[in-house]
Amino acid sequence: MSVSERLHPGVNLGATDPESHEAAEEVVFGFWIFLMSDLVLFAVLFATYAAMSVQGIAGGPAPAEVFDLTAAFVETLLLLLSSFAFGFAMLAMKYRENARSVLAWLLATGVLGAAFVGMELHDYYVMITAHGAPPQASGFLSAYYLLTGTHALHVSSGLVWMVIMAVQIAVFGLNTAVKLRLMRLALFWHMLDVVWIGIFTFVYLFGVVS
Amino acid sequence: MNWELIFGQLQWTSFVFAGAILDPSLSEFIASGAGSIAVLGAVAVVILLTVKRWWVPLWRDWLTSVDHKKVGIMYMVLALVMFARAVIEAALMRAQQLVAYDSAGFLSADHFGQLFSTHGTIMIFFVAMPFITGLMNYVMPLQIGARDVSFPLLNAISLMLTVAGAILIMISLVVGQFSTGGWTAYPPFTGIEFSPGEGVDYWIWAVSLGSIGSTLTGLNFAVTIYKKRCPGMTLFRMPLFCWTTLCTSILMIFAMAPLTAVTVMLALDRYAGFHFFTNGDGGNMMNYANLFWLFGHPEVYILILPAFGVWSEVVATFSAKRIYGYTSLVYATMCIAVLSFAVWLHHFFTMGQSANVNAIFGIATMVIGVPTGVKVYDWLLTMVGGRIRFSTSMLFLINFLLTFILGGLTGVLLANPGVDFQVHNTLFLVAHFHNMIIPGVLFGMFAAVQFWFPKAFGFRLHEGLGRASFWCFAPGFLLAFFPLYWLGMMGATRRTYMWSDPEYLPWLALAMAGAGLILAGFAFMVTQIVVSVRQRDRLACPLGDPWDGRALEWSIPAPAPEWNFAVLPDVTSRDAFYEAKQSGQAYRSPAAYEDIEVPRNTATAPLIGLFACAWAFGLVWHIWWLVAVSFVLMWAVVIVRSFNMNTVEIIPAARVKAQNEAFLAAARAAPGVPREQEMTSDNRGKALPEALTARAGAVPAGRAVEVLS
Amino acid sequence: MNDETPAGMPASEYGSEFGERLSYLIGLVLALVLTGAAFTLVWMKLLTGGAALAVLGLLAFIQVLVHLRCFLHIDLARSHRDDLKLILFTALILLVMVSGTIWILYDQHLRMMP
Repeated sequence: MSVSERLHPGVNLGATDPESHEAAEEVVFGFWIFLMSDLVLFAVLFATYAAMSVQGIAGGPAPAEVFDLTAAFVETLLLLLSSFAFGFAMLAMKYRENARSVLAWLLATGVLGAAFVGMELHDYYVMITAHGAPPQASGFLSAYYLLTGTHALHVSSGLVWMVIMAVQIAVFGLNTAVKLRLMRLALFWHMLDVVWIGIFTFVYLFGVVS
Repeated sequence: MNWELIFGQLQWTSFVFAGAILDPSLSEFIASGAGSIAVLGAVAVVILLTVKRWWVPLWRDWLTSVDHKKVGIMYMVLALVMFARAVIEAALMRAQQLVAYDSAGFLSADHFGQLFSTHGTIMIFFVAMPFITGLMNYVMPLQIGARDVSFPLLNAISLMLTVAGAILIMISLVVGQFSTGGWTAYPPFTGIEFSPGEGVDYWIWAVSLGSIGSTLTGLNFAVTIYKKRCPGMTLFRMPLFCWTTLCTSILMIFAMAPLTAVTVMLALDRYAGFHFFTNGDGGNMMNYANLFWLFGHPEVYILILPAFGVWSEVVATFSAKRIYGYTSLVYATMCIAVLSFAVWLHHFFTMGQSANVNAIFGIATMVIGVPTGVKVYDWLLTMVGGRIRFSTSMLFLINFLLTFILGGLTGVLLANPGVDFQVHNTLFLVAHFHNMIIPGVLFGMFAAVQFWFPKAFGFRLHEGLGRASFWCFAPGFLLAFFPLYWLGMMGATRRTYMWSDPEYLPWLALAMAGAGLILAGFAFMVTQIVVSVRQRDRLACPLGDPWDGRALEWSIPAPAPEWNFAVLPDVTSRDAFYEAKQSGQAYRSPAAYEDIEVPRNTATAPLIGLFACAWAFGLVWHIWWLVAVSFVLMWAVVIVRSFNMNTVEIIPAARVKAQNEAFLAAARAAPGVPREQEMTSDNRGKALPEALTARAGAVPAGRAVEVLS
Repeated sequence: MNDETPAGMPASEYGSEFGERLSYLIGLVLALVLTGAAFTLVWMKLLTGGAALAVLGLLAFIQVLVHLRCFLHIDLARSHRDDLKLILFTALILLVMVSGTIWILYDQHLRMMP
């Protein structure tokens, strides 16, 4: 197989030599595997939630009573837009190798992502104070907080990673190693958005409908 | 002064020695003795390293190394050390059961509970897993013709996380108590209500560290096999050990995540009052069993598949014959890997789901026996018509074939829910899974050590002592575990520290005798290693091919050089090296040499392991400042490392050439050794190919031709 | 490797910035429409019960495909087969794990005393 046939998906490197592409392929494939393993973790949490949100209410508040659909909708938009912004950061890296433009788009991504996490924390605050629904209240709420909390933790670590990458762009410029890390961060970020589709559908919308 | 801020829940009475002072009973003395052995062992190691001035070499050449061969050897050493502890615990439990007829025996119930919990946890996570991981680390890259794994640093980090988990369990010998909840740690018993101490927390964090290490290992090996094979090495030219490594890696990637999830949930229940598995408040402890076995069943195959790979290599080499049914073995391995995700419910048939659910999972379980049966036939047919040499590895193989089939048959019995209801939670089950794991996995790893040790260290292991250990291990196993089948049928429950039915006594005595034989086998194994090191000149095989091997790893010197292959090989068939020897193409000088890039040693991995261990210790004892500090430090190491762009060094072509040409010249000059003299000191690691042996008249020509056909 | 681009890539792989931007934009619009449809369905109570759950599940599934295609660039091109196979295998394992877990836990729940 020639190099060109084996190009990885996701975002590719732009104008660099074929060897880097070959190295990139190994690294990116490895990261895909990590993402899949992470996805299994989420799947297990989803399955647990699916059972406990019905069977584990134990006299506590039910899903429909505590969920704020408007907030979930805004969160969905924030995360979707941040994913989109990251896409443009990667295009700036790939076609123009323009560090400034990459940084600007990363900043947009980061602000949207931070807003997402902030809103989620606010959701938790409202649930705990106004609805008397902390994770200790019932099996359903334990599962809810673990599932959404794991996602929020992923997004937060993505934000930390983003800050580190911004520093690395400033220090090293867009060299191959930095590009490869940005690619992986992009995959990570887009994948978190995919997981969120599951959360807003199976947690929030299902919870309100049923 | 608020001491709790500094020491968390740690108190002077937490140390095991305090128990012996406060309550001077035999059980406490044994616990203190074990703690003392752990402490003295650590002190002895420190003294040895200091006296011999080995600290610097240990750090420079081993702990900071990212070379897959060294990482592999370190995994194996870890496994052997932990095996010593867990096998002694097993003997203690056997002894307790022998004397605990209508009496309390010499161990307290709690101490007995800790013993079976640590025994199981260690044997699975810190013996079997490091054994297979170490072996795959050492052998797989050599077999696919690669210079290293895809992510060498990640590999070292996996090792150090596993070591951190193992150290945490060793600390539990001295500080505090371990869990009494068995290796599966089922709640609600392991919940905070019924197990308020630190024991379950030790289990949670030790297992989590091991689990994360294994996930990363699986990722690493899968990418290595997909992307780093040498030219010409198509997937269907890979040795079978690589196929089983690939399938095991895939299982690790997908199966470890449920374990991580379940330990986190249990931790949240215990630390933060969540209700995943509690009685009441919407908790569902049955989901724990479900999630745990979602990991636990694939785990069984994670362990056994690499052993299947070892058996395939051993049977072909010591039968001097190509493996029978290569393709069927590959597909059988894949079938087993996929099916292993669809049978987890058979571990909890009795939990109360309807008969239809049990039936479906029971049938799936029986189906998984089919590909395993295919493999057994393939191994048998490989031996048919071969010129079999009864080396220690081969003896283990034959023992495996005989006993594993019996274990498999009891597995099919247990797959029937009706039967399972009768013997669930009895010693019958204990006998069954030991019957699969000891002759299958553990003896598989022992055979692998006999087989690949010369490749790793440049000298063979003493054959006579190897056989002696085999002749203790094999009957010892039969004696120790076959009585348990009978006891289980009589109704003896597992994990019981005393009993009252006089009919158990003879069977328990037999089992005790078996445990004694197994200990003797282990003693012979340790002796074998010591004696072989002493006689290493007589046993040396620097030319690298002591067994007339088949795959690429035998084509390079022993021990393997840092760069594995001076020039990446280009293979055109299965059994590439064997074919090359047959056609006289082996040991040819390559046309040209190139500079080789290897990753630099780094302190990253050992530091991460150190901080991970401190982090977990802090969590166990609620020492929150330690948790915070070590967590930050652990990630700081990762971040600092990411700013280091200078992580490789170059080995100049001239150095590679000099060393490799010297090896090739020595190999060409050396007379080949016929198989009859394999175990003599004439065997310097160059094999006389079978065809040439025949021509030389060493064996009747007809037999050699049969081998080649 | 006699391709003309400096990266040694064929032009099709390299694409154009405009084309790729378009792909992201299409992805964004589709995702917005699908998300909007799902939320509207619940807000307006257009469907209830099993039908609502089925439609919501379907919308989510389509949106996952959109994200995979437009943001994660997974397609049927030969060069991406390893990743595609990986994702499909993961999907299989996820299906077994999730459906098995839900089946088992709901079955047990039905058989418990109220």
